[in-house]
Amino acid sequence: MKRPEPKLVNNKLEAKELMMQDSTPRMPEVLIEVKNLKKYFPAGDGWFGKGMDVVKAVDDVSFTIRQGETFGLVGESGCGKSTTGRCILRLLEPTAGAVNFAGQDLLSVDSANLRRLRRDMQIIFQDPYSALNPRMRVGQIIEEPLTIHRLGAKAERRDRVAELLKLVGLDPSHAERYPHEFSGGQRQRIGIARALALNPKFIVCDEPVSALDVSVQAQVVNLLQDLQEQLHLTYLFISHGLSVVEHISTRVGIMYLGKLVEVATSEEIFRNPLHPYTRALLSAIPKPEPDEKRNRLKLTGEIPTPINPPSGCRFRTRCAMAEGRCAEVEQQLVEVSPDHFVACMVVAP
Amino acid sequence: MNRVAKFGLAIVIVFMLMAALSPLLASWEKVQSQDLIARLDAPDSAHLMGRDQLGRDVLSRIIYGARVSMLVGLVVVSVSSIVGVLIGSIAGYKGGWVDRIISSFLFNVFLAFPGILLAIAMVAFLGPSVRNLILALSVIGWVGYARLIRAQVLKVREYDYVTAARALGASDFRILLKHILPNSIQPLIVQASLGMAGAILAEAGMSFLGLGVPEPIPSWGKMIDDSREFWFTAPHLFIFPGLMIALAVLAFNFLGDGLRERLDPRQRPR
Repeated sequence: MKRPEPKLVNNKLEAKELMMQDSTPRMPEVLIEVKNLKKYFPAGDGWFGKGMDVVKAVDDVSFTIRQGETFGLVGESGCGKSTTGRCILRLLEPTAGAVNFAGQDLLSVDSANLRRLRRDMQIIFQDPYSALNPRMRVGQIIEEPLTIHRLGAKAERRDRVAELLKLVGLDPSHAERYPHEFSGGQRQRIGIARALALNPKFIVCDEPVSALDVSVQAQVVNLLQDLQEQLHLTYLFISHGLSVVEHISTRVGIMYLGKLVEVATSEEIFRNPLHPYTRALLSAIPKPEPDEKRNRLKLTGEIPTPINPPSGCRFRTRCAMAEGRCAEVEQQLVEVSPDHFVACMVVAP
Repeated sequence: MNRVAKFGLAIVIVFMLMAALSPLLASWEKVQSQDLIARLDAPDSAHLMGRDQLGRDVLSRIIYGARVSMLVGLVVVSVSSIVGVLIGSIAGYKGGWVDRIISSFLFNVFLAFPGILLAIAMVAFLGPSVRNLILALSVIGWVGYARLIRAQVLKVREYDYVTAARALGASDFRILLKHILPNSIQPLIVQASLGMAGAILAEAGMSFLGLGVPEPIPSWGKMIDDSREFWFTAPHLFIFPGLMIALAVLAFNFLGDGLRERLDPRQRPR
């Protein structure tokens, strides 16, 4: 796949044209393929005693993200979803596995090529307060990607910053201000503008709305959807709640303790959830009708430690359907219907 | 900047000018010329701060003494903070075994020595001179800055904007220079102003012990040392240099506080 040298694009129309030349395929083809990704962190500082414990934050995770879609990655805190996102961008070095990005093996490229590839993949963060350098003006923050990759002259870069600010619904005059002068939602927009500056193909959205007010959440989600349509972006959308993900995702992966337990289209997950963990997550979504009778599946107990996860199926300690064999064999993802995968030997032997 | 900080800045400027322009404000000849008949004279209109045990003009010696204090303070703080920032930021940013060698070994070795004792030993070994005094005070001074910066860098490098810069393809150098250091340096400015004060005090202490600046250069610490026998008969001999040291230390502390507020955009009024 050859791609023209990214130019500074001064209006959306031009951007669209560029994207069209960009050999955008008619069929949604696979943009990212994650294969057997593992990320283990050493626990403790390792001064004394060598054979130390490892935290298996991500343990053998495989999935694909197709061009132009939003892949939602859902799970509770500490299940490894953010780590997965960061490993894909190589912000963390995976322990094992492979990540293919548009046909290129991301984990084997050297640092110079990686730097070039970084133009194509960006990240948006959860905490809008820590995502922006408090000592830089908004204009400098958004301009920095262009400076790093030496794109355009100073005047062009400034035009691009103004254009990006408009694109995310802010005023170009905001470029002169400091981040602390903005609200959480506005800061999140600034972070989005920075991520878009290099015309990336793929963006990891690491819980981009979890820290925002509910009213602002909807605005930011809508903005992300509009941008996806305009700029043909592909998202990995990480979230700890299914409700936001339902709104934005094409397909959804459910993670538990470093493992994917179910992957299906968004519709399918909500209509026909199979894994007991997915069902529990779904029943935790608050419903607007207080009188409606519901059988809520409440999870009991705490999430076990990833240092020493339960044998066999990791969810069995909190699972209502667990049987004896669940402790013995670790079930892999099985395709139960087209595009619906589940890792549970009780519901999908 | 607030009023207290402005006051501090004003005093600092006065001292700096006094140091830079001392040949114009006084003369080396007046610093040196002795008049044993008029020894220990109290202040009068001709000698505003009186005369010392050899009948030399105290005011002239105070003015020339500012040179030593300011020079030693500035150079010691600059050298030790530059070395401290370099070593501390490498330890904090690189982490791993680099950090282990620097912070668990190097820092602790230097901290294990009693600072002033090491300085005394060094000057005693190398011989008393302004250069050796600066060297000795810098050798014991940099560890404080390095530890401070390392701790700051450890904290700041976890912020998302640093991850964002890495995701954008920024080099380590750029990340350190543009993102980590500007957000880590703030406590160092306070530390440097305290360090200025500390270096001035340390110079005075070393000179008081006879290991500071050699004769014939006047230094505030040495003037206090020389006045010891005359504390009751001629108190002006220690009051004026003591006042100068106190004023300089206070002024640098005020200035440091003011700078800290000024350098934080969140506290800057628009």
